[in-house]
Amino acid sequence: MTEEPLLRVSALSKFYGSRVGCDNVSFDLWPGEVLAVVGESGSGKTTLLNCLSTRLLPSSGTASYRMRDGQFRELYRMSEAERRFLMRTDWGFVHQNPADGLRMTVSAGANVGERLMAVGDRHYGKIRATAVDWLSRVEIEQDRIDDEPRAFSGGMRQRLQIARNLVTGPRLVFMDEPTGGLDVSVQARLLDLLRGLVTDLGLAAIVVTHDLAVARLLSQRMMVMKDGRVVESGLTDRVLDDPRAPYTQLLVSSILQV
Amino acid sequence: MPTPLVVSDVAKSFTMHLRDGIKLPVVSGVSFSIKAGECTVLGGPSGAGKSSILKMLYGNYAVDEGQIIVTHEDGLIDLAHASPRTVLAIRRQTIGYVSQFLRTVPRVSALDVVAEPLVERGEERETARGKARTLLAQLNLPEKLWMLPPATFSGGEQQRVNIARGFITEHPILLLDEPTASLDATNRDVVIELIAAKKTAGVALLGIFHDHDVREAVADRIIDVTAFAPGKLAA
Repeated sequence: MTEEPLLRVSALSKFYGSRVGCDNVSFDLWPGEVLAVVGESGSGKTTLLNCLSTRLLPSSGTASYRMRDGQFRELYRMSEAERRFLMRTDWGFVHQNPADGLRMTVSAGANVGERLMAVGDRHYGKIRATAVDWLSRVEIEQDRIDDEPRAFSGGMRQRLQIARNLVTGPRLVFMDEPTGGLDVSVQARLLDLLRGLVTDLGLAAIVVTHDLAVARLLSQRMMVMKDGRVVESGLTDRVLDDPRAPYTQLLVSSILQV
Repeated sequence: MPTPLVVSDVAKSFTMHLRDGIKLPVVSGVSFSIKAGECTVLGGPSGAGKSSILKMLYGNYAVDEGQIIVTHEDGLIDLAHASPRTVLAIRRQTIGYVSQFLRTVPRVSALDVVAEPLVERGEERETARGKARTLLAQLNLPEKLWMLPPATFSGGEQQRVNIARGFITEHPILLLDEPTASLDATNRDVVIELIAAKKTAGVALLGIFHDHDVREAVADRIIDVTAFAPGKLAA
């Protein structure tokens, strides 16, 4: 068991003028741990995710990340270049809309290969072989490698986006509603795939979702947000089976039974 | 051998915020311990709080008051106040749980559902699958079902998958929530044998069994949960 967390977040807040994005959020994330952040639209979960992934700078608070050399670095004190490097190599970001995370006009293989080149890989044959391997891991047929993602279905695009993110062997992946907008059968396949990859690779992940079933399936820990604040947190099954906060009880009782 | 689990003065209530914050007390003053090599049974009518106690001991329900001291990796830990990460470690290494119903995951085969807790403890996948096969065969689950996801199985079939999943590891503590509820006589007997084997191996078992015959066959001690009814202490 690793002794230190991967990410330490302390009193993180983001204000948009006088409006609250997220307020005083603190938590530790450990290697191999999947944390779900749930709440309705406008609860601040996406603001939090964007602050953590440094796509947005917080108004106050700190987040330190344990680099591969074991040293903690304060994310908001890094230079822009350092943050971009982290984003390209050690982190992944899976967007709800694959078009935001893919380059739609280059081939599927190039979408995966590009991330490899960003970390210094130059050997064409090796890059292509790795791309083929990753496409098969996300269940995309090998004969689609030269097609552009524009020609892919929504579910395939999302799987391609996942391959593009995971090919560099990141240690931390941010996911924003990774199954949003997909049919349920496609969702199930994607969830199963994500669950397997996260376990096999020992990834840590922060998954923002409004779907409690997705949170139950993917995460061990959960934070419930409302109006920018964390109203409840704990083990995922504890929060869902014994919700304590009024808002969590409302969320859980609103799930439709099939 | 140390006592693997001691429960002292545990209380639990539910506050229903959607119903004007009405408070439903479940149990209070819950105190008992379980011993290695014994099967302790929680007795009492439905609604007395048996399942709630079991769920608190697994960290699935929050604890309002009291302590749950678990012997975990040569130390003592209060599960009632442990961090989520510690609770997960306790579940992986120390406390196993057979729930009443199987929670299935899309596209994962019955065999892998059963093997998973062993893999999480660091066992090779193929070795774990081998053990899973042995258990599923022992529980008379037809071999043609092993590679299928259990979502479409019957109640009894799902329960056998669940039992195999709970019994495959060597957790020193095993919690059983009505593991025989939807089983036929033959498979009930298999479960009784499995429990006997766990006792011999020195596992501390704590269970709920509504089936009278099973309870007679496995119980070393019965704890009457009505003694922990909230009114008794508050009065």
